[in-house]
Amino acid sequence: MFKVLERIFRDKIATEQVSLSGSQRFRGKLSGSVEESLLPKCQGACPVGAFQAEGSQYKIDYRKCIFCGKCVEACAVAALEEGREKDGLLHHSTEDAMPYLIEAGQEALADVLKEKLGRSLHVRHLDAGSCNACDFEMGALGNPYYDLHRYGVAFVASPRHADMLMVTGVVTRNLEQALKMSYEAMPEPRLVMACGACAAGGETYGDTYAIVGAADKVVPVDVYVPGCPPRPSAMIVGLLAVADMLKEKMK
Amino acid sequence: MERMAHIAQVIAPEALLETAVRVYDEGRHPLTAMFGRDETAQGTGYAIYCYFEIPEKKDMQVVKAVFDPNGSLSYQSITHAIPAAAWYEREIHDMFGLVPEGHPDLRPLVLHESFPEGFYPLRKSVKVNAKVRGERKFKVRSAKGQGLFEVPVGPIHAGIIEPGHFRFSQAGEAMLQLDAKLFFTHRGIEKAVEGKMPEEALHIVERICGACSVSNTWSFCQAVEKVAGVSVPRRAEIIRTLLSELERIVNHVGDLGNMPAGVGFNPAISLGARLKERLMRLCEAVAGNRFLRGVIVPGGVRQDITPELIEEIHSVIDATAEGVEDLATMFREQENFQNRVQTTGIIRHQTAVDLAMVGVGARASGYAHDSRSDFAFGVYPELDFQPYTKTMGDVAARLLVRIGELSASFEMVDKLLDMLRNCHGMPLHADMAYGAGEAWGICESPRGSNFHYVALDEEGRIDRLFVRSASYPNWPALTIAVQGDIIPDFPLINKSFELCYACIDR
Repeated sequence: MFKVLERIFRDKIATEQVSLSGSQRFRGKLSGSVEESLLPKCQGACPVGAFQAEGSQYKIDYRKCIFCGKCVEACAVAALEEGREKDGLLHHSTEDAMPYLIEAGQEALADVLKEKLGRSLHVRHLDAGSCNACDFEMGALGNPYYDLHRYGVAFVASPRHADMLMVTGVVTRNLEQALKMSYEAMPEPRLVMACGACAAGGETYGDTYAIVGAADKVVPVDVYVPGCPPRPSAMIVGLLAVADMLKEKMK
Repeated sequence: MERMAHIAQVIAPEALLETAVRVYDEGRHPLTAMFGRDETAQGTGYAIYCYFEIPEKKDMQVVKAVFDPNGSLSYQSITHAIPAAAWYEREIHDMFGLVPEGHPDLRPLVLHESFPEGFYPLRKSVKVNAKVRGERKFKVRSAKGQGLFEVPVGPIHAGIIEPGHFRFSQAGEAMLQLDAKLFFTHRGIEKAVEGKMPEEALHIVERICGACSVSNTWSFCQAVEKVAGVSVPRRAEIIRTLLSELERIVNHVGDLGNMPAGVGFNPAISLGARLKERLMRLCEAVAGNRFLRGVIVPGGVRQDITPELIEEIHSVIDATAEGVEDLATMFREQENFQNRVQTTGIIRHQTAVDLAMVGVGARASGYAHDSRSDFAFGVYPELDFQPYTKTMGDVAARLLVRIGELSASFEMVDKLLDMLRNCHGMPLHADMAYGAGEAWGICESPRGSNFHYVALDEEGRIDRLFVRSASYPNWPALTIAVQGDIIPDFPLINKSFELCYACIDR
C-alpha cells in the first residue's frame, strides 16, 4: 500500500493545457498553394472526395478528410514533373483542423477555459461502426494528460443520462437501429457530435451494402470534429464547444 | 524476394472433410484461415480455401474445394473434426451461400436482422453498394432451467468500448453460458476494396482496425508484394519491423493499464494510461499519426526514421521500460489484485489447440505460437526471437505474458535502432508492377497473428481480399473462459484477452 503511494508521489502532475498543434510530422490542416493546373491531380488523388477544386482555388471538406497525405504527395509529384518550385506547395500543417466548430461561432478554447466551472456536460459514447481508433482516443481523454473531468465533462453509462451523443464510426446497417434508439432515449435538449472522419463525413470506406453513411444520415448532428482519428485535444475542444451550445439551448 | 508459388490442392466439395482432417493431423497443423471466393468469372465456380499452418516447414498448406455454381452448394461441415472452423463456415454461409451440412450452429454470423435471407454479398453478382433490405432471424442462445436467469448486455455498452451483444445465462452470480453476438461494425471492407488497385485500397486496409493499423497494413503489403514478386529494401523492412514492435508496445502497455480497470485498481490504471499517452505521442512524432498510419505502403515505407527520431524512440522506450517495471511490481505486490487475477478465466491448453488460438491468449495457455518465429518476415529472423509462454491460462498468465513480451520488444527495438543507425540513406521503396496472382501475408499483431489473402486480376486490381485478424480465432475462447466464473469478473476476463471488434467485423 505504502509502496503504491510512494510510486504515485514520484510522478509529477502530467495534466496539460489543451494544445491544437502537433509534432513536426503531424498531418493536420492543409495549407500552401496549388497551381490551378495541378488541382485536378490533387483532387484525383483524394480517396474520400475531401479535396475539392473550386476555380483556381481548392477547398477541403474536413468532415471527410482522413489526413492521409495523398493530395500532398500528388501535388509534389506533379510539381516536380513540371519543374516548379517546391516552396509553398500544398502541405499538412501541424495544426488540428477545426473549422466546423469555428463555423458554429464557437471560439471555444479561450472563453471556456476562463469560466470552466458552473456547467457540466454528460456524454454517451456510441460506436456506430468505427475502426476503434476514435474510441481509443476517447478513452485517452481520461488519462492524466487530458483529465477531461476538470472541465465538467463526464461519460455516462446510458443515453438516458446524457446531454450529448458522441458518435464514432460510419453508421453500419447492423448498428443503425441502435443509433436511432439511443438518440430517442435521450432527454431534451439533446445534442449529437459526429466525431472523426467516418461519423462526420462517412466516406472512409466508400459506399457498401453494409454501410448507411455518416451519422447525420440517421440523426441530426450539431457538431463535427474532424480527424482520423481526432486527437484527444481536438475532441476536448469539440466537447467544450458543445457544452456552450447546450447552455444556449437551455436558456 | 522469390516469387513464392501459391499452390493449392484442388479437390471436390465431397472430399473436403476427409482432406482437411488429414492435413490437420489432429491439431498439429492448425487451421489458420478458411474463406470463400467467387471464381465464376474465371470459370472455376465458388471456392473454399483452407489454410493450414505447417510449423515444421514454416509454411502454409492450402486445400481448395471447388463448387459448380449450377450444382449442389452443400458440403459436409468440418467443424466437428476441426472446431476452429465453426465461425469460418458460418461466415462463408453468410457471404457466399455455401451450406455446411451438419454444422452445430448455423445462425447468421456477419449479417444481422436487417438483411434478407438469400443475400450473399461477396458473390460477384451482387453490387458493392446493393442496399437490400429484408428480414432474417437471429436467436440469441440462453440456458433454461429453474432459477436460471439471463443478463443481456450491449450492443451499446456502459463504457467506451466497441459494440457487441452479450447474453449471460446466470445461476446466481456464476456465469453458466455466454453467447456473444458480434459483427455489429461490419462495414463490408472486403467487398469495398474489390476492383481497386492495392494503393487505392491501402487507406481502407489501414482503417480496418485502429489498434492493429500497422499489422493489417503490413500483412496486406506482404501479400501484394509476393504477387508482384518485389522484394522490399532492407531499411524499409527494418522500419516495418520497428513499427510493428512499437504497435505491440503501445497496445501491451495500454492493456497493462486497462486490466486493473477490471478490478478498480486506480493507481495502476493511471500509471498505465500515462505511459501509453507518452507512447502515442511518440507514434505521432514518428508517423504523423498517433496510430502509425501512413508509413507502410506496397513496396516499402513512405517515411524514413531520422537520426533525431532514433534518439527520441530510444529515450521514450527506456522510460517506458522503467514504468512497466514499476507496474509489474505494483501488480506483484498487491495481494488483493493477485486474488482477483489468479485462477480467473482459465483457457486450458487443449482448448487453445482446438480453437487454433493465437497471440497472448494462446501463449498464456502454453500454446507457443507466434508468427514472429513461426514464419520468416521482416527482419525477425535476425533478432533471435523466442515466443514467451505461461501455462496457467488464467488472467494472471495473460498479464505476465504481456509483461514478458514487453521486455523482449524493448530489447528488439534497441537492436532495430542500431540496425537503422547503420544503414542511413539506403532506399526505402521498390517500384511495384502488378499482374494476376494470389498470395498470403502474415505478421504478428499485438493480439496475435494477422493473416491476409489477396488475389489480383490481370490489371493488378483486387479480386478478393480476406482478412483474418488475431481476434477472430480468440473470440470464441472468451465465451469458454468465463464459464463458471462470477459475472463481476467478466470485465476483467474480457480485458485480459483485449479482443478487437473492428478487426473481426471488417
